[in-house]
Amino acid sequence: MISRSAFPQWNESDARARLTSLIREHDGPVLLCLQDVQMVYGFVPTAAVELIAELCNVSRADVTGVLTFYADLRTTPPPAIPVRLCAAEACQAVGGRALAQAWQQACDQDDQLAVDTGVDEPIFCLGNCALGPAAMVGGQLMGRATVMSLKERVAGIRDGGRSSVGGES
Amino acid sequence: MTVWFVPRDAAAKSMGADGIASALLARGEEVIRTGSRGMLWLEPLVECASERNGSRVGWSNVTVADVNEDRLDTDHPAYLGEVDLLTYLSRQQRWIYERVGIIDPLDPQDFQHHGGLAGLKAAMAMAPADVLEAVKTSGLRGRGGAGFPAGIKWQTVADQEPQPLRGQPSRATRHKFICVNADEGDSGTFADRMLMEGDPFSLLEGMAIAAYAVGADRGMIYLRSEYPEAWDILCGAIEAARSEGWLGESVLGSNFAFDVEVRLGAGSYVCGEETAMLESLEGRRGMVRAKPPLPAIKGLFGVPTVINNVLTIASVPGILARGAEAYAALGCERSRGTQVFQLAGNIAQGGIVEMAFGVSARELVEDFGGGTLSGRPVKAVQIGGPLGAYIPPDQLDVPMAYEALADAGAMLGHGGLVVFDDSADMAEQARFAMECCAEESCGKCTPCRIGAVRGVEVIDRLRQGDNIETQTLLLRDLCDVMKQGSLCAMGGLTPNPVLSALDHFAEDFR
Repeated sequence: MISRSAFPQWNESDARARLTSLIREHDGPVLLCLQDVQMVYGFVPTAAVELIAELCNVSRADVTGVLTFYADLRTTPPPAIPVRLCAAEACQAVGGRALAQAWQQACDQDDQLAVDTGVDEPIFCLGNCALGPAAMVGGQLMGRATVMSLKERVAGIRDGGRSSVGGES
Repeated sequence: MTVWFVPRDAAAKSMGADGIASALLARGEEVIRTGSRGMLWLEPLVECASERNGSRVGWSNVTVADVNEDRLDTDHPAYLGEVDLLTYLSRQQRWIYERVGIIDPLDPQDFQHHGGLAGLKAAMAMAPADVLEAVKTSGLRGRGGAGFPAGIKWQTVADQEPQPLRGQPSRATRHKFICVNADEGDSGTFADRMLMEGDPFSLLEGMAIAAYAVGADRGMIYLRSEYPEAWDILCGAIEAARSEGWLGESVLGSNFAFDVEVRLGAGSYVCGEETAMLESLEGRRGMVRAKPPLPAIKGLFGVPTVINNVLTIASVPGILARGAEAYAALGCERSRGTQVFQLAGNIAQGGIVEMAFGVSARELVEDFGGGTLSGRPVKAVQIGGPLGAYIPPDQLDVPMAYEALADAGAMLGHGGLVVFDDSADMAEQARFAMECCAEESCGKCTPCRIGAVRGVEVIDRLRQGDNIETQTLLLRDLCDVMKQGSLCAMGGLTPNPVLSALDHFAEDFR
């Protein structure tokens, strides 16, 4: 099993240095700061909210307001290999709903799979609408996804390599 | 020396293009990563030429085994012959997509060799006012959905004085912005993404032309976070453009200064609405702003701002290079030029079709698209994204143009067509439209925030057969309120898919 600690522990002085230079170079930096924290630490811890509020000279409520508005931003650590299935119309037209159900079942039957992938947080459109159902697995875009191809990709990432989808088919 | 061309477009990669490129490199072949040709059902589509700019032959749906076992020859069942001669491509009128799939997106020389930068050079040889005139003459309208004439929007910004950013003292540097909306959230659309991944310099060139015409000094691209490949390519392109002197303190050696920054969205659909996008770019919640003031007068950070979609801006270099009249000669009525249509959903031959306005939806779905992927009959085509109407098959002869679609109770939107076969439940689709609106509403106005939630409930009761006539009346009334009373297109257009499903597929609601 891959541990969840692919991201470093929160470190306030490192974060302060990064964010200070980010704020110096950009106008309207609150969202940028939150995105930067999430990129480095995997999620936005409460301590980061306070730090961003202080550095941007806004209230914690302002920062929390931005944090809770955007679906991408999370306040808990992410799963090791996030699986996001597209839930939008073009993928629905080629069995997206059925795939989401089948994936849910696969995760129900396999606890490890559920823990590693965080089951499924649906996403609305990945821009792969001619090759649906589309999915994003551990940051990699997939087309014509099936439960089998999703499992293969998760296993490939778990083993540390990129599975060569399309290679064997 | 043989040269291989393998797309690095996200859709091609989703079908295994990276594995093919690695396999070819491992065999010591020369590989150039291009954008995609836009024939997505053929991906990974691998091409080969005897020299870099020679004519290319191709193979579709290539596997790593094809490469490793040396099977890519003219006897291969997936051999396509000369790719430019395939009808899907040769029937198109590619203007914006001229270079996509041909060039290495990050190679400035390749870009120039295929006609890049001609538009910016032509523009900078003219007075800014003449550039504005050319854009007006071309008849170019916004491709994001609203279809507002680009030249008029640009003129409004040109007429403003630059302003200091909001909150800064009046002695601070004064700015105007060019903002590109690349928050392509509509399901069934991917033309912005493919353009940015296949020919990002053309977008930067268009932005520089816009900046020159209106007197702007800063550019901002708002890219959705779901497009990591486009992010990498855009960042690389901006860096390359700076070192070529196409962006920066002295564009093309002149005293015109213009630079571009890309910022990522964070998974919010409503941020594709222009004022919500501005809020998001300023680092706040993506709440829609009331208009007026127009963004052209008080836009990003309170300064005059041009906001255009990726395809609008990418149309501009060609207009300057080949002439506004040549552009205006294409199309029909007040829909001039070309539109990049995107064929998606349950379709056999999905991808990009760039044609002059006026091509019918039937030609796109049947001739180009080859009907459904499942082989079953088409039940409905949703035109113009999740906020567009569901059109039944007997109405597909409608010409794809702003006016004709409006007359048919539909809209062009961002040019996406999502095909559904006869297994689709249109009541479920109507419910989904309301559900999505409830999920993604910014919450600023009541018709959208509350209306969408109530919409889901009414459709649920309707589908349970609970007092059908009253519920139908209620749903229509609710849609009317949302249409008339919402602050932006999100709440205002959600009734489109709902009512069109109800009107054309009433039997699904029982």
